[in-house]
Amino acid sequence: MLTTSLARTCGTLLCLTLLLVATVSSLVFGHIPISLDVLAGSVLDYDPGSLEHLVIHTERLSRTVTALIVGAGLAIAGVLMQTLTRNPLASPSILGINAGAMFFVVAGATLFSLTSPSELVWAAFAGAALAAFLVYFLGQEAGRGISPVRTVLAGVAVTALFVSFAQGMLILNQDRFESILFWLAGSVSGRELDAVLPLLPLFGLAMLLALLQCRQLNLLGLDDEVIRGLGLNVGQVRLLVGIVVIVLAGTSVAMAGLIGFVGLIVPHMARGIFGTDHRWLLPMAAILGATLLLAADTVARIIIPPQEIPVGVMTALLGTPLFLHLARQVRNQS
Amino acid sequence: MNHTLVLRTPGDRWSVKLNVRVLVVTLTLALLLAVSSVLALASGSHPTSFTEVLGALAAPEQSELALIILEIRMPRVLMAVLVGGALGSAGLILQGLVRNPLASPDVIGITSGASAAAVLYLWLGGITGTSLLLAPVAMGGAFAVALCITTLAWRQGISPYRLVLVGVGLAAALTAVTTLLLVLSPDSTAMNAYIWLTGSLYASQWHDVTALAPWLVVCWPLALIKLRHLDAQAMGEDMALGLGSALQGHRLLFLVLAVALAGSAVAYAGAVGFIGLIAPHMARRLLASGHTGLLPIAALIGSLILLYADWIGRVAFIPRDLPAGVFVAGIGAPFFVYLLYRLRRDPG
Repeated sequence: MLTTSLARTCGTLLCLTLLLVATVSSLVFGHIPISLDVLAGSVLDYDPGSLEHLVIHTERLSRTVTALIVGAGLAIAGVLMQTLTRNPLASPSILGINAGAMFFVVAGATLFSLTSPSELVWAAFAGAALAAFLVYFLGQEAGRGISPVRTVLAGVAVTALFVSFAQGMLILNQDRFESILFWLAGSVSGRELDAVLPLLPLFGLAMLLALLQCRQLNLLGLDDEVIRGLGLNVGQVRLLVGIVVIVLAGTSVAMAGLIGFVGLIVPHMARGIFGTDHRWLLPMAAILGATLLLAADTVARIIIPPQEIPVGVMTALLGTPLFLHLARQVRNQS
Repeated sequence: MNHTLVLRTPGDRWSVKLNVRVLVVTLTLALLLAVSSVLALASGSHPTSFTEVLGALAAPEQSELALIILEIRMPRVLMAVLVGGALGSAGLILQGLVRNPLASPDVIGITSGASAAAVLYLWLGGITGTSLLLAPVAMGGAFAVALCITTLAWRQGISPYRLVLVGVGLAAALTAVTTLLLVLSPDSTAMNAYIWLTGSLYASQWHDVTALAPWLVVCWPLALIKLRHLDAQAMGEDMALGLGSALQGHRLLFLVLAVALAGSAVAYAGAVGFIGLIAPHMARRLLASGHTGLLPIAALIGSLILLYADWIGRVAFIPRDLPAGVFVAGIGAPFFVYLLYRLRRDPG
């Protein structure tokens, strides 16, 4: 773990470099390989006649931007949830929030023919909020507060509920099979940049809110009574952070469907490197999350051409070993 | 009225204690199931009356409907009863084993293992879901996953909470693998696999029934004999040990029983969810009893749920035949929400 300011600054620079490398390779690698010169050319001097420039502007760029936003959003949501529930296994995917958002998105897309993410995002918020409420409600054990194992089980049960609804909808609307499978599998491809950009302000606002709560978040690790003694309104902070989680997770799902485990892995990586101070943790988790999702998406694109692996599958396979490792360490509290 | 009957063999070598309430509830549910089965046999795309069904059952040679009723509808109804019963009882055993009311075969990864194996098989073969090997492959997947869960959760014995968390993790990974295979398959295979994943009893045959039945014939009596040890474990590990129950051995046995019941059911009917989660709760709401008394009740409730879900899927959208799994979720979800509300106050 990096403790001094200098080491942390160096770590930050390293992470930013990695992010830059991941961004560039996400633009460069793919079905049509593009050289760095052409990439620079397409940015500085865009030529609509060139196929490569067209590929970058119509397909690659939107994909890279989506992965950046979704990765950062899920990672921050994961940090916030782990702090909020004091549960190392918490993350938007494990606790069912993504599934709730996904089901509402699928329902909006099939029943009400909503298509653009800026319309679907409201459905996603509703679903994420409903799922969060259900899991919070269920995760409490009478008289003993929130139990980690119980919360995880509640999350899984809620996920099962929403996924089976989505599956039912899929079978009833077989003509929309492809598009619903897209939500279920999770993918950052195929989104128009114009459709993604309207979500950015909302997303930035949520991130800003999270960053403003850093000091309060640092205190949330303490006992409730100690926090109250320090003069912090716990309920208010929890509510605010909960809303931020719902906005971040909902936006991510509306853009990219079910992408699991980013919200689980990245907070642990970031905490391992930068410690538990949220002033460092939150921004670094955002950077690492974006890097991870970009890298996973790039690998998913080139690993078995011409097929593409959904990026949600990649992150799940990456995340499971860590989850199993953490699961073996959770103390028996139920 | 909590009377009990005690039946003894001469010399007191064996004795069975029966709770009268359990007996009454079981018989009532069994009667309900029998009536519902006849109802299910009587309905379908070719309308038949109650009396015609009874006639075909009593004297198959003289009835023109024997083919429809005995060869098409009967196996399907029987499969619904058996699969639902197996899932309901597997859920009861698992919930008792991990001492958590939210556990079920689909939550801790057994169903996901079977699903991943089945989809892998469909993907490799690229054939329709009626192949004879599909069920054994799916069952193999269920057992392989159960073995992985046990190995990974083993640390001086099985601890229920580690079992759950490891199961949840593996389930997530297996779901990812399943999704990957679905995305890589051509559309027709993917749709086939998807219907299997939702759980469907479409085109059940007599040989499915005869293949599934032996599993249940072995598992159910064994569970009935051994389940009292689960009651001992419910009082805490120390208490169970003090009462002379072999804690780890029994945990392993119950895990194997639950996997065998859920795995065989899922192998023949596809990944029907929710029954394992809700049937035990419905049983517990009907009466308070130890696990032995709850087993037949949970099984019967599971059968009833699946029977009606399949019946709706078969009859409500003629000529389309929708997978029962969709309606199981439809029946199960409202109950699940109610369950959440109850669990809050009374942690099961």
